Amino acid sequence: MNLREKIETFLIKESALLDDNDFETWLACFTKDCWYWVPSQIGQKDPFQTVSIIYDDRKLLETRVRRLNNGQMHAGLPNTSRIIGNLFIESEEDDFVITRSKFMMAEYRFDRRRDFAGTIFHGLQKGKTGFQINWKKVELIDCQSALEGITVPF
Amino acid sequence: MKKTDLDSLVQTDRIHKSVYTDQSIFDLEMERIFGQTWIYVGHESQVKNPGDFFCTRIGKQPVVLTRHKDNKIHVLFNRCGHRGAMVLREETGNASTFNCCYHDWQFDTDGSLLSVPLRNGYPADFRLDDPEKGMKSVARVDHYRGFIFANLAPDGPTLEEHLGYITTSFDDLIDRAPDGEVEVAGGTARHAYNGNWKLYLENLCDGLHPNSVHRSSIESARAQDDQVFSDGAGEIAVRQMRQNGAPYAFWENQVGLWAYPNGHAYLGDFHDDEKLIATLEDPYFKDYLKAMREVHGEKRTRDILSVGRWNTNVFPNVSFMSQFRQLRVIQPISVDRTIVLGFCFRLKGAPEQMFRDTIHFANITNAVASPVLTDDLETYARIKLGLSSDGTEWIPMAREIGKDKPDGHGGWMAANGTSELHIRNAFRTWKNLMNTAPQ
Repeated sequence: MNLREKIETFLIKESALLDDNDFETWLACFTKDCWYWVPSQIGQKDPFQTVSIIYDDRKLLETRVRRLNNGQMHAGLPNTSRIIGNLFIESEEDDFVITRSKFMMAEYRFDRRRDFAGTIFHGLQKGKTGFQINWKKVELIDCQSALEGITVPF
Repeated sequence: MKKTDLDSLVQTDRIHKSVYTDQSIFDLEMERIFGQTWIYVGHESQVKNPGDFFCTRIGKQPVVLTRHKDNKIHVLFNRCGHRGAMVLREETGNASTFNCCYHDWQFDTDGSLLSVPLRNGYPADFRLDDPEKGMKSVARVDHYRGFIFANLAPDGPTLEEHLGYITTSFDDLIDRAPDGEVEVAGGTARHAYNGNWKLYLENLCDGLHPNSVHRSSIESARAQDDQVFSDGAGEIAVRQMRQNGAPYAFWENQVGLWAYPNGHAYLGDFHDDEKLIATLEDPYFKDYLKAMREVHGEKRTRDILSVGRWNTNVFPNVSFMSQFRQLRVIQPISVDRTIVLGFCFRLKGAPEQMFRDTIHFANITNAVASPVLTDDLETYARIKLGLSSDGTEWIPMAREIGKDKPDGHGGWMAANGTSELHIRNAFRTWKNLMNTAPQ
């Protein structure tokens, strides 16, 4: 497989882990110094000066994933179905690749259906056994609106 | 609605469920509560310069906070005096005039009508200075140390009378700034839920719920390995989640709950600095203490930082807390739909790192994907669903009733931090306002 095919395969697998609620395996895709970010504003520059929908360093991401598996999360786990596509390789330097892709996610939880859509950026570290996610940024098209509670990552 | 009806719906120790579910009661709340008491609109730093505007709501009505050329602050109905189109669409911005998209009526930043195209076509008595043709001002606007409130009713208590002793909570927030000023910064955290607006403030001073509502995040944070890499975000979040799991005895004996006339209340501080600020030993917290002591001296600094308040509710639409500099505005949309906006404050003169902590904390308390908040939002939604049943018609609010003591400042101190004093207190004010027909 060429680089593009390898990345596509990786991103599709990542989506499937989330759809399957296999959050532990999903977490294992991230590096030890990772961050995961869903900005609250279009064009938001950084997660330290402005609030975010999610900004997790490695420690908080671990806690978030543990909660999803806790079984007492009243907000509930939804069923989701995600499509990822329009992959564009933004840069490739040494062992680090930055990609941009589009996603759509349908969600069903407690008798309610809703949809999310946006752009995902991945900072991927190439290793001997494949890619690891060093960072991931998810720009929702409606991040500035008053949404209802979101439990699972995108 | 007749007084007798309202009196039977809200009793000393219980509330009828319709107060949370009946759209006609909600409509009356918009008229008699949001229409005739002081509503928090925004902070003066949101309109720093002439021409700055900030669009928000009073009840369901769109209004805009503006600063005019003469630096005076106005709160205007966001409605063109001609065909009624909402004039300002963006939430914030700066403009020298406000122009309606429909027929290009142009308004000054104080709402007065400046010009209309093809003026000759209007009747002979048409005047630009007719207030009915401008973007009308709300009846009253006032502020407490930069926190701006508006009142749609021309008469009634002043803001000072309305706030009373609860102004000390604003002091607590502002006085923590070495320069004595705070400013809104860091964007807006929004969330929505399908439930009644009153549930939100009730929950913010509810010391009984964290152990059960937040169990999933408490247990997850307790199991977290502290040695894992954090850039600060996780550190603050994990500490907050763990502290929510303080034992019942702690909530009962060490937190406290106070309530004041006109529906206000605050929960005591269950997060003292040592428990929550990972950074007590960090250089920036020492820099902060140094900056405070330089301005205030040792004793005054200690006095300011030892004020122990968690959430302060100012009835009916705002709640804030000083330690992590957060403020939430509750916007009722319908009887079972509510939007909440979260704002952060920067302490002027404090090290920049403190604001970073404010942002991390906001992400845990106010972000719509927070591992903590999402369980609160689900609880509000379940109350709406449960109350739609034909089960028990009444909701008790009698925890620790009859044990409240005068606090020495015109308010009451609850028997302990799990009392429902704040709910009973808010409903006393609710009933008074709901029984007051507009003039």
